[in-house]
Amino acid sequence: MSRSTDEVHLPGLRQPAAANDGLDTPFWEGTRAHELRVQRCKECELHQWGPEWMCHACNSMELEWVAVEPVGNIYSWQRPHHPVHRALSERGPYIIVLVELPHADNIRMVGNLLGDPLQEVEIGTPVSVVFEDRDGDPDFTLVQWEVT
Amino acid sequence: MNDEYNLRGKVAIVGVGETTYYKHGQSPDPEFVLVLKAILAACEDAGISPKEIDGFCSYSNDRNDPPRLANALGIPELRYSNMQWTSGGGGAAAAVQNAAGAVVAGSANVVVAYRGLAQGQFGRFGRSGGSRPVSGPAAYTLPYGMMSAAQMYAMRTTRFMHEHGVGRGAMRAIAMACYHHAQNNPRAVMQGKTLDAETYDSSRWITEPYRLFDCCLENDGAAAMIVTRTDRAKDLAKAPALVLAAQQSGGHRSGATAENATDYVTSSFKPAVKHLYEQAGIGPTDIDVVQSYENFTGGVVMSLIEHGLCTYENADEVLTFDNLRADGGNLPLNTSGGNLAECYMHGLGLQIEAVRQVRGESCNQVDDVKVALANAGPMVAVASTALYGTEEVVG
Ligand SMILES: [Zn+2]
Repeated sequence: MSRSTDEVHLPGLRQPAAANDGLDTPFWEGTRAHELRVQRCKECELHQWGPEWMCHACNSMELEWVAVEPVGNIYSWQRPHHPVHRALSERGPYIIVLVELPHADNIRMVGNLLGDPLQEVEIGTPVSVVFEDRDGDPDFTLVQWEVT
Repeated sequence: MNDEYNLRGKVAIVGVGETTYYKHGQSPDPEFVLVLKAILAACEDAGISPKEIDGFCSYSNDRNDPPRLANALGIPELRYSNMQWTSGGGGAAAAVQNAAGAVVAGSANVVVAYRGLAQGQFGRFGRSGGSRPVSGPAAYTLPYGMMSAAQMYAMRTTRFMHEHGVGRGAMRAIAMACYHHAQNNPRAVMQGKTLDAETYDSSRWITEPYRLFDCCLENDGAAAMIVTRTDRAKDLAKAPALVLAAQQSGGHRSGATAENATDYVTSSFKPAVKHLYEQAGIGPTDIDVVQSYENFTGGVVMSLIEHGLCTYENADEVLTFDNLRADGGNLPLNTSGGNLAECYMHGLGLQIEAVRQVRGESCNQVDDVKVALANAGPMVAVASTALYGTEEVVG
């Protein structure tokens, strides 16, 4: 379903850290364990992303973190060429995808599409997760995507 | 139309003003000085003393706060201050709306809506540097190289073009119309720089689907508008531009993080437009000229559709260069040059241009304007939109 890699896709950008209010700590712990964990409401069972303190459907504050199938479909995409950060100035184009997760109430996640940066990208294409393990302070794991 | 809880004609824009518009980082003045100069220019245009100002409205976390402005201007009574929270310039029409609401409520008599930007002094908007860890919503996008404004709004356009099969021709026409109009506008930073179809098509990608000329400028300067009661406006220097209606616009979970807004393929204007036309008592066919905020041209296409000025089916046919020109087009658009070619004053320049069209004072004046639309935002969590008109429209 998913695989992992030590290959660094976009080096030199700011690393993610769990928010200091604890809201998304389970997500980042999940990626380290190579699980894609998102919030689900204990009352109405709706998945939601990004994390919130309340279920947006029923307003319950009883939310749990569940591992979802690390697969989805490309909902939209872009290919940045202009480097907006000094770490990207020699990098050349790369692909950002917005992936819809049909097994989790169609929540959407942002990541990079791995492989040829100039590949043709088609909306609707099935993709699966590649967990990108990175050294940092502390070490962290990004959620990337590749065509299934 | 018996409901009196609306703005329709109760309030007018009586003065507009701006500083010289500079390329980003080129202002010789600090940002606060730019705002003061713009307010003085708007007061002079209105024929009103700055001492009469008793309220201030701005947006996008403007750094120049009302107590400091009131202090510098020597204003005897500061009765009203307001800040519109939104991303980017989505609050430009909302600042006018909030000022108008304050006047109608009797909270203040003369309110200035303003915006100042000096990027040499404070750094570029939406520019991301640094090496500290990032947390919260930005942690779900920034490590993947998604951090600039263009990148935040590119994927909505990709999806829009996919779902509706329109957009590229219209995006090119919008950019060309803005540059065309800037040629007659001495305020425009792009006066003297023309844009033809070949130049657009061969310009570099910023992020696909946006080319260089799809993206707004970055500028220094300030702009201001004076808002007061319509009965007061009769004694002042210029014919008033009445505020027919103004609305803010955020849909279901439009502020959701990591691109999870329920309606993703939208300029964010769908919730507002019904209220806008109902309160103004007019419809899209009554609009003579349109100022539609260009952060990115793809958002303008969606904005015009959602305001009922064309449809998903005919957007590429209606939104042509010939049709968008002030000189002869049926849907004159961004007649000052807008955010692409006049100045990116976070959209307040577009509100001002709508006022100038209603007065008959534009550099690219459309014949016999009675109603002008000016919106702000597109694709942001909360956008805003306003209609201005002559006294004849409200009767
Ligand atoms: Zn729930």
